[in-house]
Amino acid sequence: MALREVSGQDLADALNGALPGTVQGFDEEVVWVQPSRVHAVAEYLRDDPSHDFQFLNSISAVDYVEYFDLVYHLTSLRQLSTAVFKVRVYGRDELNVPSVYRVWRGADFQEREIWDLMGIRFNGHPNMKRIMLWEGFEGHPLRKDFL
Amino acid sequence: MTIRTEPVTVNVGPQHPSTHGVFRVRITFDGEDIVEVEPVFGYLHRGSEKLAEERNYVQVITLTDRLDYTSSMINNQAYCLAVEKLLEVEPPPRAKYLRTLTAELQRIASHLIAVGFFVQELGAFGTPLMYSFRSRERILDLFEMLCGARVTVSYMRPGGVFADAPRDFWPALDRFLEDFEEELAEMEQLLLENEILMVRTRGVSPIPAEVAINCSVSGPVLRASGINWDWRKQEPYDAYDQVEFDVPIGSNGDNYDRFWVRMQEIHQSLRIVRQCIAQIEPGQVRLDLPLVLRPEAGREAYGRVEASKGELAFYLVSDGGISPYRCKIRSPSLINLTIIEHLLVGWKLADMIVSLGSIDINMGEVDR
Repeated sequence: MALREVSGQDLADALNGALPGTVQGFDEEVVWVQPSRVHAVAEYLRDDPSHDFQFLNSISAVDYVEYFDLVYHLTSLRQLSTAVFKVRVYGRDELNVPSVYRVWRGADFQEREIWDLMGIRFNGHPNMKRIMLWEGFEGHPLRKDFL
Repeated sequence: MTIRTEPVTVNVGPQHPSTHGVFRVRITFDGEDIVEVEPVFGYLHRGSEKLAEERNYVQVITLTDRLDYTSSMINNQAYCLAVEKLLEVEPPPRAKYLRTLTAELQRIASHLIAVGFFVQELGAFGTPLMYSFRSRERILDLFEMLCGARVTVSYMRPGGVFADAPRDFWPALDRFLEDFEEELAEMEQLLLENEILMVRTRGVSPIPAEVAINCSVSGPVLRASGINWDWRKQEPYDAYDQVEFDVPIGSNGDNYDRFWVRMQEIHQSLRIVRQCIAQIEPGQVRLDLPLVLRPEAGREAYGRVEASKGELAFYLVSDGGISPYRCKIRSPSLINLTIIEHLLVGWKLADMIVSLGSIDINMGEVDR
């Protein structure tokens, strides 16, 4: 029994209906949402009964030099479906994205890891400290310009 | 007369023998009760994700061995599945069976360690651990026949496995299965309904299903809380759609259930191994892929497996070059630790190490 992958188009349609102005773009598998609305999108995807994504598989950050992509992989254990949404943040310094800690507690260590290794801060995370490296370490080693 | 207590903060680890590696946790006690927990990570951080960006796709396999070093076969499998998704190729059937078979043997070995140490931490010093290591050694010997290494196997490759099993492997596997049946029965007789074990673990640190899901917990810990979720069933990879097995589910999510689920999973893994032996056919074991792989630029893949600790996934992004542009490792051990607060706060000092042992973490995977 394979899981159903919710397409970017379907997610974008649903988000446009419920939270107008949050969708920045989509392709076959992925929808990009406004960085400032991440928390609202997360809450909607978790609580809306037709989506019901209670399980956050992972948050990954990818450094594309001009911008960073945050990738959220979700699973619904009841609807037997998966979905992916991304957040694109431009720039290198002072990057801030709302935390989804209050929506999915599983984001706790993953958001801290992204701050530590990629240098993206999550607003609203109660313990936004480095996780692998020590406080006072200079730079964020997973960035492409860290050599 | 009431006795006044004061909170005391105690540091446990990273060189503590019972923290399963270099795990460190700062615990605040009020008398015997735990009131605050703060895990501290990073003592085994080697930057595997950064290292993967410097190596070509096949070389990264050696890094995956060193994540959860008690289940390297399954790590290899997760990574190879991700690369195969990137390349849109599928390994030949014999390779699929060999992968399923070795992954299940590895799961048995990993669960034996988990159970052995769990009971050791309860105070059953030595005996159960030696029982489980006795059987684990045999599995490692089988791996040595396959690929020459016992722990850092690097046996699988994108598009198959590194080499077919040698002729001696099959009779050795049969001998192991025969002996292990007896050894497992011996262990179960000793542990499964052991009164001391039950009194010490039943009802201790139960994790409700909603908490487990919200904390993104996976694997035996999630199933012990009563959730029927196994990626081998939900999203069958390799030969898992060809074999029959059950998913053992706990009911209370307490320490006993987490132990019990692992013991039952060993039986299911044995079932899968037997079916693989019966179904495997001669044939090719590796696709003829170029030595240096170059997936199409802009492609990305999320390859996941049900590892012995939970959902292990590799998120790979390709820029058309010879090494992954990004290789994110979703490690079950790190994310399962999110429940540590729910697991420990409010419980007693004496149960702390046992509860920690019941989630079965591996620091190689937590810190990466």
